[in-house]
Parts: sequence; structure tokens; C-alpha cells
Amino acid sequence: MKLKDIRKPAFPWFGMDIGGTLVKLVYFEPKDITAEEEQEEVENLKSIRRYLTSNTAYGKTGVRDVHLELRNLTMCGRRGTLHFIRFPTHAMHRFIQMGRDKNFSSLHTTLCATGGGAYKFENDFRTMADLELLKLDELDCLIQGLLYVDSVGFNGHPECYYFENPSDTQNCVKQPCCLENPFPMLLVNIGSGVSILAVYSKDNYKRVTGTSLGGGTFLGLCCLLTGCETFEEALEMASKGDSTNVDKLVKDIYGGDYQRFGLQGSAVASSFGHMMSKEKRDSISKEDLARATLVTITNNIGSIARMCAVNEKIDRVVFVGNFLRINTVSTKLLAYAMDFWSKGQLRALFLEHEGYFGAVGALLELLKSSEDP
Amino acid sequence: MDKSITLPPDEIFRNLENAKRFAIDIGGSLTKLAYYSTVQHKVAKVRSFDHAVKEAQEDPLYEISVQEEITARLHFIKFENTYIETCLDFIKDHLVNTETKVIKATGGGAYKFKNLIEKKLKLKVDKEDEMSCLIKGCNFVLRNIPHEAFVYAKHADSEFRFQNTHPDIFPYLLVNIGSGVSIVKVESEDKFERIGGSSIGGGTFWGLGALLTKTKRFDELLQLASKGQHTNVDMLVKDIYGGAYGSLGLTGDLIASSFGKSATTDKEFSKEDMAKSLLHMISNDIGQLACLYAKLHNLTRVYFGGFFIRGHPVTMHTITYSINFFTKGEVQALFLRHEGYLGAIGAFLKGAEEDNPNQYSWGENYAGSSGLMSVSPDLNPMQRARSGTFDMLEMDRLERQLVNLPLLQDPSSYIPDTVDLTEDALAREYWLYCFEEALDGVVKRAVASQRDQPEAAERAEKFRQKYCHKLQTLRHQPFAYGSLTVRSLLDTREHCLNEFNFPDPYSKIKQRENDMALKYYQKVVKSLDELNWDQRQFALVRGLLAGNVFDWGAKAVSDVLESDPEFGFEEAKRQLQERPWLVDAYNEWIERLKGPPHKCALFFVDNSGIDIILGVFPFVRELLSRGTEVVLASNSGPALNDVTNSELQILTERIADMDPIIQTAVKEDRLTLVQSGSSSPCLDLSRLDKVLATVVRERGTDLVIIEGMGRAIHTNYYARLNCESLKLAVIKNSWLAERLGGKIFSVVFKYEVPAKA
Repeated sequence: MKLKDIRKPAFPWFGMDIGGTLVKLVYFEPKDITAEEEQEEVENLKSIRRYLTSNTAYGKTGVRDVHLELRNLTMCGRRGTLHFIRFPTHAMHRFIQMGRDKNFSSLHTTLCATGGGAYKFENDFRTMADLELLKLDELDCLIQGLLYVDSVGFNGHPECYYFENPSDTQNCVKQPCCLENPFPMLLVNIGSGVSILAVYSKDNYKRVTGTSLGGGTFLGLCCLLTGCETFEEALEMASKGDSTNVDKLVKDIYGGDYQRFGLQGSAVASSFGHMMSKEKRDSISKEDLARATLVTITNNIGSIARMCAVNEKIDRVVFVGNFLRINTVSTKLLAYAMDFWSKGQLRALFLEHEGYFGAVGALLELLKSSEDP
Repeated sequence: MDKSITLPPDEIFRNLENAKRFAIDIGGSLTKLAYYSTVQHKVAKVRSFDHAVKEAQEDPLYEISVQEEITARLHFIKFENTYIETCLDFIKDHLVNTETKVIKATGGGAYKFKNLIEKKLKLKVDKEDEMSCLIKGCNFVLRNIPHEAFVYAKHADSEFRFQNTHPDIFPYLLVNIGSGVSIVKVESEDKFERIGGSSIGGGTFWGLGALLTKTKRFDELLQLASKGQHTNVDMLVKDIYGGAYGSLGLTGDLIASSFGKSATTDKEFSKEDMAKSLLHMISNDIGQLACLYAKLHNLTRVYFGGFFIRGHPVTMHTITYSINFFTKGEVQALFLRHEGYLGAIGAFLKGAEEDNPNQYSWGENYAGSSGLMSVSPDLNPMQRARSGTFDMLEMDRLERQLVNLPLLQDPSSYIPDTVDLTEDALAREYWLYCFEEALDGVVKRAVASQRDQPEAAERAEKFRQKYCHKLQTLRHQPFAYGSLTVRSLLDTREHCLNEFNFPDPYSKIKQRENDMALKYYQKVVKSLDELNWDQRQFALVRGLLAGNVFDWGAKAVSDVLESDPEFGFEEAKRQLQERPWLVDAYNEWIERLKGPPHKCALFFVDNSGIDIILGVFPFVRELLSRGTEVVLASNSGPALNDVTNSELQILTERIADMDPIIQTAVKEDRLTLVQSGSSSPCLDLSRLDKVLATVVRERGTDLVIIEGMGRAIHTNYYARLNCESLKLAVIKNSWLAERLGGKIFSVVFKYEVPAKA
């Protein structure tokens, strides 16, 4: 028993993904701690566990997504709960300070980190908190994490879902599904920016392209246009707005459909096109602007993803990333765009743990590194 | 804005009284008007006398008469929508001879101004689909205007790198960036398909830009953008990674998230920075989509147009950057010189189908066209002051349909011109100076050619001003009419001379010289016949070269000719460089002549007088005697003292009268005269008379001879043909001779045999 234990990494088990806007942290809370273990457990380890599991918010900006936690999970022979925590990247220094205050470096654990911040903050971790990061590639982590979460499922339910009747707003319903035999898939990761990967197997993938018009663009433009400050606020406004007051539609130019090219009158001809006129600029609401920004960014991602899928000859497009969090406007729009423009050839798939796969992948690396000594 | 401008009518709506058939393209801010007119202008004709009746020795060889000729011209004028009413009024007042009942209209504004147009012009507005007009116009300019397309390189020596038009213009991708983006694949004249598009386009830049910066005008937004720093607003790869994302090859400066900093930083952003970030965001997005579509449809020619691009260096730069990035340089972003006119040209063509404009070849009239960027105040304050914001394009219908020489090795990579003066600043300086220096002489000769007409001096002065102005424009904007070359400078001068009714200033000089040279023909031939074979071959080549010294196009020679008219054939031979020549393939040529005769030789001839009569004809005679058929290609219209096709016909008749070898060859159709289709002192082998191409093919031409500086040095020096070729010239310009490593009157004798496949 003891011998086997040695192979396991020491607690606490963290996986971290430091993105451009958000830091995603997964924490495995062992639920099978024996009395003996409990006694041996050092005080600060205990306090970290208690701090993380007894709160759902940390400081002003940290949040634990309780609804996403994976219960009764067995990882590396231990049973427990996987917690999902996020906080803004600009709070990274406060986080590192906390690591120093809690004397994290004394815990003999490896901090596995991915995302650009693993590189950017590496030196800060070292100098401020005497912590050495194990840096991991973000796309590797994303894929490993995604495949893992999909394989263990979401507390007995499927992790994956799609929309039935995506082209019919009345009857468009979310349907769970299995990502059985997932390859090849086009994986579209929408964070601050967007990366698009063609994944052929567990360890065979390539980055096809990316775009700088992503979640950061949506939020950035919304902040400038409406004065809002958070993603939640921006989405809330967007849900109430009407983008057709801001965008110029095909029918605004041609009076109806543009039949020569088979364009529907309701299609957007020019995003923000109405805003060329002062009169229209004076007559729209912040909500309309937020909605138009959301629709513009989403449609553009859909369009690029669809072209990549066709070029790569892949018919399954999986959308992940925190841009899709609490954002049914975008998920439905993407589902519609894939279906409509491909005439039913492409299917958009979504995953419940949207933006956390990189962090999960980093945690898996921690467990893997100690499994094969 | 001042809506009551006074139009300088003779400069802008030219030839309106002869206009028929109108089309108009009204965009968001600019109106483009197109019409067709017939232009009456003078041409010099030569006519042979009836020699049976007139045999007096002192009578000239042929008579020259100036006749009125009517040619077709297309006019395109671009102006700001603000002037539309003034312009319509002006047109109404000057439109006298038209039977037109309708005006073809396209563009977003056509609907808005429909009533105004119908009321003012009493013409019915007939709307045409915007995109089909655009494509039709695009096909037309690509087919008819060499150097229409260019690559934009902001930091290169010359920002505009003009492209050779591929003989087959299809297929291509047209990315039209208006308020939205349309991506159209064009496969043939009538077959095109909108394969995609995007709603993020010029309207997004304008609309979002106006919201973010409170700046209303599109141009002002672009100005803001050109002063901004996008890195203050965008989240870069290095903002996330601290440096590059090395394993994916993403550099640190790459934009990871457009406007990403405004989401996370709580601060004020400058208008300039936001506008710049927006410009990058939209340009990159369009570039990316264009690349994805180009890849999917396997297309490498991608043209960009629409108001977002239209003459704006800032957007051309960002789009070019984006295309380079996304295709890793495999696809180049191409732009069009007359992009703004495509819709108007297309609409016009749709209304003019009964005139079959696509059956003809058209040529840009440099005299009547404003150059690229003519209305850009930054680039050309002079032009703006002169004609308001009016930009013009004129296309002349060419008498003949023009095609490639079938013997070109690779028509798609053929570049006629030897030196691109757009890129070679030193050469540009020299030649512009040279043409300025020569201008007085040209004016003098133009007046002298029309002594019987008292107002000739006044017209000649107008010609001087026009050409002088063109040269000044080209000094500041060498790219105004495509690549600047010695050929384009010469052609522009010819166009300006024609503009002021000096169709052939050298007609009398040519007549006198032809007459004089004919008197020596028999003597020259006789003395050649007395030589043995080796001596004769060398004498023939030397004669050809010596004849080529007589060239009014070269300043050094025209000076001598003018001061010493007795400067004779023998004198010219003495001036020639001794062998070895600057380029000397004479031995190879002689070895070849010892072999079997060529089947058929195509000879592009140069000057009148001694050159054609005492240089070319004896040489041709020798080829004919060897059993080689000869096709003599001469200019269709006059240029300097070059012999024209109609003059050559008379000369050939006269020589045939004296020389049985020539006579028999003409009778047996072994000596044929064809027109080149050109009126230029230079030669573009990709734009030659269709008849010439047919003859060349039918006769199995296996030797091409190109003579003279204009045709063999300034152009075609590097032209590669599928058959043997002889390029020969005497360098009559010391600057050029020096450049080539020689002295004035150096000889180029280039004999080339294509590598065996």
C-alpha cells in the first residue's frame, strides 16, 4: 500500500491554465482520506483544501463553478471531487502572493501550468513565491483534458451536446450526445482569441489557423461601446438587444432577397453598417450594440470554422472555450451557422466544461508524470 | 462643400457633343459616369501616284494628305456625389447629337438619384445588377489595359509593382470590399459565382469606427488609423506569453485578441489607436477569409476592390500584410489601377452590346487619362488644384484586334520593357530629363509639319504644355500609368501629339528620305552582288546596322541630321563600332547561314529612308534568294520616322519595279507585308495584330528579326522566343551605351537559338 502511494504525486493536485483574460484552475479534492492520512496531513495543505472547498468565491474576482464539479471521480487511484475555479488573469499577482503567504513551496508538489501565462508568469512564481512551474503546451493540454472529461462523463450525464433543429428557432433544443469515436474533429477554442485545430487522434493534431476576433474582442468592444465592465454584464445586455438596428441587412440594401446570389434578405450584409449614418447612431441602445457585437464576432468565428472544416474535410466541429460560457446566443448561432451554410453537412458540438479543458489537461500531466517514473 | 463649381468642360466631359450611350455608377460617395463618343481627328495618309502618267524625276514618291478619321473612344469620369447635379446640368446643356433614350445605372446610389437623372437628362434609368457590372468591368480592364493589376509594397523602392497580365485572365477571385464583403470566383466572361462573403467589411470599419472615435468620415477614420498604434488596444501574443509562442511559430507581435486590452485594462484609449486596431482587425479578417476561399477553389490570382480599398494606401497595406501572413507568401494580393471604374465600365458594356465592344481591342489613352492616385491630395496636390476632384480614364478603340505573338516562349512571363523606370530611380531621372530636353525639337518639328496651317503653332504649344505636365506628374508619380518605361514615355508623347492633331509630324521628312534612298537602291544592290558570299553577308549586316543609325527618335542622331543633311550612308558605316561589337554573335549567325535556309522570317522593321530601303531590303533580298519567305511587319500608325505599313507598301512596289528578285517574291507571295497593330516606336509582342499572328502561324515562321533601339533594346532585349531570333541595333544614346558597358554607336547583334526541349 505504501509502496504504491509513493508513485502518486503529493497533494494538493492542481492543474492551471493561464489565458489572456482568465486563469482556469482545477483542483482535485480527495474524498477518501484515511484517518491516518488526515493526521499526517500538514496544516497548510489542510487549510488550502478547506479554503477552496468551503467557499464558492475567492477575493473580489475568483469564482468556483459549483455546477461543473465532477463528483465521485477516481483519478490515479484516489476518489474525490474535481473543482473548477476561475479568476481574471490581471489578478495573477495576487494569486502568486497568496501562494507565498500559504507557503505553498513547502508542499513538495509540482505546479503544472499551461496557457501563455505559464511562460509569462514563470519568473514571478519563482521570485515571488519560490515556486517552480512545470510548463505545458496549451493545445496538448486542451486535447488531453477534453478527451478525458468526455470519457468520464458529467456526473452520469454526457459531457457533449448539440442543438436539434438548429435552423428553426422555435424548435431548436439542446440535446446531450456522446462524443464516441471523436476523430477527426475540428476543435475551435474560443478564448480571448481563437485557435482552430484539426484533431486526427489522441496525439495527432495540427493548428489549422486562428483569428484575433474572439472573446476578448467581444468584451473589449462591448466595454468601449457600452461602458460595461464584465462578460456577464455584456452578455446580459446582449440578450436584450436587437442587432438589426445596428447591422445592415441584405434587405436594407436590396429591399428583399438578393436572388442573383441566393442571399436571404435577413442575412447581415454589413455588420455595424447602419452605424455609418449619424441618425441611426443616435437612435440605438447599448443593448443593441452589445447584441450586434456578439452576433458579429460569433458569425465570423462560425464562418472561419466552417471554411476550415470544408478545407480539412472534417464534418464535426467542436466548439470550446470560455466565450461560450452562459452564452446560448452564441452557441445557438454557431449551431445554426454550421447547419445552414453547409446545407446540413456540418454539425456543431459543444461541451459542458467549455473553458476548463486546458487546466484538466495540465492536471493529467501532473498525474502522468508521476505514474511513469 | 462648394456645389457650384465651374467645370472646365473641355478638360473633363470631353467630346460630349458626340457622345452616345451613357452609363452611371453611383456609389456611397463617388459617381462614375461613362459614355461612348466618336472622335474626329486628323490622320496622315499616303497615296501612290500613278507612275504610268507621272514620271518626272523631281516629283515626290507619293503624296501625303491629311484626312479626317473617326474613331471610337470610351470616356470614364469619376467625381464626388456632391457635384452630381452640376454635372447633370452640364451634360444636358452639351448633349446635342445623341439619340440615346436610356442610361444604364448601377451602384447603391442609382436608386437614390434615379428621379434626378431622369428629370435632368430626360433619359430613362435602366438599373443593372451591381456585381455583374463589376465583373464585366474587371474582365474588360484586365484584358485591355496592360499593367492594370499591381502588388502594393509599402516599404519597397516603388510602392506599386505592376503585374503582367496573363494572356488568359481566368480564373480569378475578386474580393469586393464594400460595406460588406463579397468573394466572387470568375471563370469566364459570363460565368461567375459568389462563393462567399462576410458582413465584416468597409461598413463595419466605418460604422464601428464612427461609434468608437466619434469621427464621421471614412477618410478621416483612415487618417486616424494611419497615425495610431494598435498594440495599445490589441492583446498580442507577447501580452499573453511574455514572448513568442515558439512551438506554433506565432511571433510575439502577432495579434492574439483584437481589442483584447480594452476588455481587461481600465483606461482611456486614443481614437487613433482604436481606429488602427479596427483597421487591422477588419483587414486581417478579410484577408483570412479570402485565403480560405482561394485555397478551397485552388485560385492564386486574387484581386481586391471596393470602397474600402479604393486608392487608400493604408488599406492596401494591411490587406497585403494579411494575405502574406495567411498564405505564407503563396498568394499575392492584387489591386487594380482602375478599380473605381469597374462598375461604370460594366454597366456601360451591358448597354453597348450592339456595338460589340468586346470584339475589339482597346488601349488606354495616356493623354486623356488621369493617372493612379490623381485625386489623392497627399500624393498629388498639383493635379487636384488643376481639375478639382475629377479623375478620368479614356480608352481608344483600336483598329485591329491585338493578340500575343504565337512564338513567345512564355506569354505569361513576357515583359516587353527592358528597364522598369518605376524601380530604377537613376534611369528614371535620366529619361525624364531626356524627354524634357527633346521636347523643344518635337514642338518645332510638329509646327514644321503643318506650315500651311497658321494655328499649328498654338496647338503645338498646347501639346508642349500637356506633355510637359505629364512628365512632371510622372516625376512625382512614376506609377501613374503602370510601370514607367521608355516605351510608355514615347507612347504618351504620341498620344499627346495626336490629341492636338499632329498625327504624323515626320511625314514629309520620311517622304524625302524615302525618295532619296530609293535612288541609291540599285547601286547598293549591285555593289553587294559583286562581293563573294562571306564578304556579302558581312556587308549586308553592316548595311542593316548603318541604316539603323538614321533615326530621328534618338537625340544624338537628330542633332547631326538636322545640322548636316548630307550625313550619308557611307558616313554612317564609318561611325559604326568595329568588331567585336558590344554584343557580337555574328560568327554564330554566319555558321547558321551555312546551314539550310529558314522557312520563314518575320522582320519587325524600324525607320523610313536609308534604314528600310538600303539596309533592310538588301538583307531581305538575300534571305529570299536563299529560299526563305519573308514577312515584313511595320507599324499600323505613325510614330516618329518609323516606316508605316502604308508607306512600306508603296516602297515595296517601287523597289519591285527595280528589282526582279523582289518583284517575283511579291508576286509569288513569298514576301508579305503585315501591320504590327501598333503605333509605337517600341514593340509589345503581347499586343500584335491578329492577322500578323495568323500569318506567322500559317507560314511556319522559324526566324524573328527585330531591328532598332526602340524594338530590340528598350523592349524585347530579354524576350524569349520559341524560334531563332536576331536582335540588332545601334545604340545611339551615350547614357544607354554606357549602361550597357559601351560607347555611343556601339552595336548590338544578338542571335539566339532556343534551347532544345
